Amino acid sequence: MPSARKGRVKVKDPGEAGAPQGPASGAAPPVLALRRVSKSFGAVRALREVSLELFAGEAHALAGENGAGKSTLVKTLSGVHRPDEGEILLDGAPVEFGGPAAAQDAGVAVIYQEPTLFPDLSVAENIFMGRQPRARFGRIDRRAMRSEAVELFRRLGVALDPGRPARGLSIADQQLVEIAKALSREARVLVMDEPTAALSGNEVARLFNVVKALRRQGCAVLFISHRLDEIFELCQRVTTLRDGSWVASEPISGLTPGDLVRRMVGRDLDTLYPKQETVPGEVALTVSRLTREGVFTDVSFEVRKGEIVALAGLVGAGRSEVARAIFGIDRWDAGSVEVGGRRLPAGSPAAAMASGLALVPEDRRQQGLVMDLSIERNIGLTGLRSVRRGPVISRAAERDRARDWAARLQLKFTRLGDAVNVLSGGNQQKVVLAKWLATDPAVLIVDEPTRGIDIGTKAEVHRLLSELAGRGIAVLMISSDLPEVLGMADRVLVMHEGRLTAEIPRERATEESVMSAATGRDPGAAA
Amino acid sequence: MTAVTADRAGGGRSARGLVEMVFRARELSLVAAIAILVLVTAAVNPNFLSGQGVKDIFLNTSILALLAVGQSLVVITRNIDLSVGSVVGLVAFSTGKFLAADPEGRGVVLALVLGVAIGAVCGLLNGLLVSFCRVPALVVTLGTLYVIQGLDHYIAHGRQINAVDLPPAVLQLGNDGVFGVPFLPIITVAVMLATGYYLRSYPSGRDFYAIGSSPEAARLAGVPVRRRVLAAYLFSGALAGLAGVLWLARFGTVVADSARGWELLVVSAVVVGGVAIVGGVGTVYGAVLGALLLTTIGSALVVLKVNSFWQQALTGALLLLAITVDRVLAVRVTRLLRRRSVRHGA
Repeated sequence: MPSARKGRVKVKDPGEAGAPQGPASGAAPPVLALRRVSKSFGAVRALREVSLELFAGEAHALAGENGAGKSTLVKTLSGVHRPDEGEILLDGAPVEFGGPAAAQDAGVAVIYQEPTLFPDLSVAENIFMGRQPRARFGRIDRRAMRSEAVELFRRLGVALDPGRPARGLSIADQQLVEIAKALSREARVLVMDEPTAALSGNEVARLFNVVKALRRQGCAVLFISHRLDEIFELCQRVTTLRDGSWVASEPISGLTPGDLVRRMVGRDLDTLYPKQETVPGEVALTVSRLTREGVFTDVSFEVRKGEIVALAGLVGAGRSEVARAIFGIDRWDAGSVEVGGRRLPAGSPAAAMASGLALVPEDRRQQGLVMDLSIERNIGLTGLRSVRRGPVISRAAERDRARDWAARLQLKFTRLGDAVNVLSGGNQQKVVLAKWLATDPAVLIVDEPTRGIDIGTKAEVHRLLSELAGRGIAVLMISSDLPEVLGMADRVLVMHEGRLTAEIPRERATEESVMSAATGRDPGAAA
Repeated sequence: MTAVTADRAGGGRSARGLVEMVFRARELSLVAAIAILVLVTAAVNPNFLSGQGVKDIFLNTSILALLAVGQSLVVITRNIDLSVGSVVGLVAFSTGKFLAADPEGRGVVLALVLGVAIGAVCGLLNGLLVSFCRVPALVVTLGTLYVIQGLDHYIAHGRQINAVDLPPAVLQLGNDGVFGVPFLPIITVAVMLATGYYLRSYPSGRDFYAIGSSPEAARLAGVPVRRRVLAAYLFSGALAGLAGVLWLARFGTVVADSARGWELLVVSAVVVGGVAIVGGVGTVYGAVLGALLLTTIGSALVVLKVNSFWQQALTGALLLLAITVDRVLAVRVTRLLRRRSVRHGA
């Protein structure tokens, strides 16, 4: 299908293009390659001299922990980010992608973890936006658009109605729309950023069939997944990243899952997670039969004083939604939440805070901080009442409080009056923690406390959480970082598709037991 | 598996029916509202449906509807153009001044070209500031509203344009027609049909909806977001220019503050007509029906001898109703569609 828009792919002088040959290929250069690519955001170096080669007809896995730089790499391939250093090679020739449109025109299609569709437009329009089939006089041929969409879904083996609006589609269906879009573009490189995270077993099998078919047709697939068994089932080669750096690119046949984990983690797990031994006290938080229709169902658990309980599961399993409901941001339809023996009303964050709950949200930039405000103002936000002198907020009291917490959390900053957006991710996270710890909570819920922060600060956050538990605070920690879950938690709760599927005590918690419960393959793992 | 799949397709089909029904219901209910209003008013005072009465309603609607068509395009991209009232005033006065300087030698065509050009320049300014300088549309067009108004007053210098100074052909454009149908509604309907067809049937037309529905997805899909937003403002400005010339042709006598305050009336017409203020949804047909409804209310109140301040109150109430209905429906439809997806999801 001819593209409606002019490509903005700039092909550089191919003279010195001598691309390094990968082991899977004889003479043909890789379809798409990265050579020593670096990318920084402010002070954070997301990628350091990373190289990657994708050959036609291979499924290539990209492995690494959260924050290893996988998403940045994907956005570089898709033209969203431009590399600061290094180059992108297309068929062995250096190119510059001026934007997402240029990368698409070059045949690179990306399926994001959470697709961005046009909610108001029909599924067919979503697939063909910008490249609609034309009738005479350049008009859109709606009938052809519809039948082509039906044909694409037939090839994918799914029955989605092309005429319905994208609003309200499940994540799995939204991904199918994105894959149909890539199919319609006849993409040569398909990048899939954790496509299976929110899919059920059947849907994963269907997706794999599609990927295998695309591979046979000569497509190169870059596959990102946290599920190691999927990588071993689907891929021929694997590239591993750790903390933004390239670790290895190798055929998968010679590896064991253990080898791969070692490359991803690259350190001794026990030293990083200094969980102090504590004796759990009385029950601080009781959640019983909590249900929010279509989001999570029948979730019951309790957290005791001095305990760190991890809530594990795949992205989209409903963990953050449970936390939001407990804290009163979203309403629940059935069930109850008790803090210190008293029931909370549904949908009231103010009541939750008054009862001693604190929530450190998943997305600190959007939900946790006011990015343009100063450090002291952000820390002060939760306790405006406690720094008041009469009806007026006392700047001096606010500053004292902020200085106190900054010292206790070893915050690295120039001045307390600086806006928080100049801080590194790890230090921003400390500000969010300070903001909530200043409320003197009895129960602390932390959602992905160490996502996207460097190893050093990560260890400090872990030490801090451990200390808090030691002082008798009940901690509920949502995390997708498996080593973190295994290292920190006294108990691990696992969610799968909106339900609690397992409760595993520390002694029996292993990567296998948690992952099998999280993927819903072994409901019997429930203790 | 097969059962699930079939079931799912069924869910999708009825979901689509549901959404289409909601949109069609909007245009139908506007038509119904206008019909009821006309019937009730005519029952009280039969003069309301006299030839002159009907003609007046269509003449009065034409200019508002023309502006509503331009505004729809801007609002669909999740933006707003508050400067249109000022542009109408500026164009009406400056083309009037231009024509009055030489009523013999300068005719309709020259006036139209000049008016549309002035409007397009204003639209270009808005569009550049919004799309390339990334200033919020509300602030940009509020600023240009006052700047253009000031320019208008500077050019007018307290004087006015009189109908006797204008070429007769221009006044004929405003008041004559073919086969008894005045030119103004013909022009408006032609612009509406062409714009509606373009928005529905051309890929670049769909881009406007895509941008308003999800700017981020539009960027990822390679839609030239800035160029389309600029085009929307250019179009809205050019139509405001055309409306300015038609204003001059219809009223003949023009002072500096013609159409002052109309920007809010235009935005009301568009929103009442079913164009979502958050973008991505709506048609120019709905917007024109919205303009027709607001104008008919105004005329009906005059005929019913209701104090004219009630007209503004009613326009406001209608606007609130439209936005509330949109919001409630959007939430309901989303919830329904999501339930279906959950139930049918594997």
